[in-house]
Amino acid sequence: MTIIDSSSPPTVPARKVEALKPDLLLTQEHHMCPGCGEPLAVRQFLETIEELDVAARSIAVAGIGCYTSFSGSMDVDLVQALHGRAPSVATGVKRMLPDALVFTLQGDGDMVNEGLQEVIHTAARGEKVTCILLNNGVFGETGGHMTATSVIGQRTKNSLDGRDAEYHGYPILIGDLIAQLQGASYVARGSVHNAGSVARTRKMFKRAFESQLRGEGFTFVEVLTMCPTGWFVPTAAGPEYMQETLGEVHIMGELKVDGRVRTTEELHAENVAKQRELDEQLARGGLEK
Amino acid sequence: MSPPATSSAPPASQRVLMEGSEALARAAIAAGCRFFAGYPMTPFTEVLEHCARLLPEVGGVCINAESELEAVGMAWGALATGARAATGSTGQGLSLMQESFSEITLAELPLVVFNMARGQQDYYQATRGGGHGDYRHIVLAPQDVREGVEHVQLAFHLADKWRNPVLVYGDYLLAHTQEAISIEAIDFPELPEKDWAVDGSLSGSGRSRGVTPLGVGKPGQRALGQEGKAQYIATKIPLMEREVRVESGFCDDAETVIVAFGSPAKFVKYAIAQLRDAGHRIGYVRPITLWPFPYETLAEVAAGSSVRRVGSFELSAGQLVDDVRIGVAGRAPVMFIGGVSTDQSGFGVGRILDVELIADRILALHEDRDLPLIPGYEEHSYELQEHQR
Repeated sequence: MTIIDSSSPPTVPARKVEALKPDLLLTQEHHMCPGCGEPLAVRQFLETIEELDVAARSIAVAGIGCYTSFSGSMDVDLVQALHGRAPSVATGVKRMLPDALVFTLQGDGDMVNEGLQEVIHTAARGEKVTCILLNNGVFGETGGHMTATSVIGQRTKNSLDGRDAEYHGYPILIGDLIAQLQGASYVARGSVHNAGSVARTRKMFKRAFESQLRGEGFTFVEVLTMCPTGWFVPTAAGPEYMQETLGEVHIMGELKVDGRVRTTEELHAENVAKQRELDEQLARGGLEK
Repeated sequence: MSPPATSSAPPASQRVLMEGSEALARAAIAAGCRFFAGYPMTPFTEVLEHCARLLPEVGGVCINAESELEAVGMAWGALATGARAATGSTGQGLSLMQESFSEITLAELPLVVFNMARGQQDYYQATRGGGHGDYRHIVLAPQDVREGVEHVQLAFHLADKWRNPVLVYGDYLLAHTQEAISIEAIDFPELPEKDWAVDGSLSGSGRSRGVTPLGVGKPGQRALGQEGKAQYIATKIPLMEREVRVESGFCDDAETVIVAFGSPAKFVKYAIAQLRDAGHRIGYVRPITLWPFPYETLAEVAAGSSVRRVGSFELSAGQLVDDVRIGVAGRAPVMFIGGVSTDQSGFGVGRILDVELIADRILALHEDRDLPLIPGYEEHSYELQEHQR
């Protein structure tokens, strides 16, 4: 246990919570539940935009879900789309402003249920936009209902005994599906359930945005996010539950890099190696940049 | 028999024989439209084809969208950047777009919609809409290609003027008729800069913009909220009513007044001119805007001491007639004298669109006789079943 030395004044000034927010957030206030993974994901792509120094040509297109409340607080020119329709709106924006960095912000209910054809067609067309999926396998905003990405066995308000393949069908692995499309240049699935996965996700955003800005094709970053409220688990249990349920089915990693689709086995092997590396870094005192 | 072209044609030297669809596409480009997205569907298909060919020539973009839902979404995105953009379809395709139409109106985006309708059975869809919530679209109903060229340009102007969608109600005849026309850009009064449009330049400045139907604002910006947004739109609707446009003729001493719009109105006007020559006191009112509807004109006409009856001629089961009733407001009996009439495909021009058949119906109304049956009704009419008696 660290004892704070109070015998002399602190050597560094105290920092307010506000000071830790990304510059591209107008306020650190948000409406998310405790334990929600979405603010973590939002921070990652906003800070990536700052890092790439492309804020002044960034345009967001927001879908409809819990994350929509960030549309008022992100300091990014923004177009609010209908539920599921953000990829088409982003297409119209990008075609008129080819030099802009255009990205969508969508959830699994928005993208994989309501607007599945939109994201697939946009990817196949090779639109030079980045679609960001915050995938928690549940309709968080309605209070925990099954989506097209809910995994087998997952309890939701309309699959109380767990998702049954025979009765409810199978989840769609949207990242894997999109990776198969020729128009997609970069496809990755990250997560925010621990520090290492947050750092990996950050790199995925960077690669996706860079690929978009180079005009290589459609880019896609899926982020598995915790939703303890919609999963009916204690707040602190969110990360572990996520890893054991969604994380086992929606395998994390870069699904397509430089036009090459990577196999699930490759991703598994890489994940094991990455985790080992990160554990070692943490043991040495912190994550390397 | 079809009515002849009107006499107000521009000088022959400037005219080119052109299909209506191409003329509408060229008019859109003349108005500054630089983005178009659509899904093929007769009789809208040719408008899309011409846009696909012509827009890239002027640095514009035309996307053959994978569905109507995506077409309207793409136009939405292009509009949000401040570009002039349009989409369209026929009634069925526009049904698919209704959710977006509602929300685009709340987001105050100046969308122009080409409705190349299959007949006039989409009058309610155009004027009432199939979408949710309170909204209105300005609806222009050209009677021929020449007026269509003017209306398309007017549509882009009005859409920007009010930041509200404008729909051009065309049909098979408008899309496929060849007319000798000239397309010149119309000079409209200047409009304010689109300072609301997104281009990314204010991202990170603390003053970034949001184009949204939701009534949410960024910190420090005016946020209307859901109720506020709906009230804001509700108070905008009556102001847009000043855009009402109408044409009328022979109404001063008319005993019978016929109301009709779009291509059929041109047939009706010609039939009435002939009936006038034969000494029948018949006049017409042609709504040029279907919304706002010229209720006041109809009220004034119906209040005329000579007027005995008002008829609505339309190619539907009777939709326009409801607006005629609202306008006439009991000042005279209102009769529906139209009917459903298309070709066998359901896309094209029906048998009733014929000057002589239309004149027969108008005269029957004028002389208080039974109306002749619409061609096809005798063999296709629904019969009351035993259990329904």
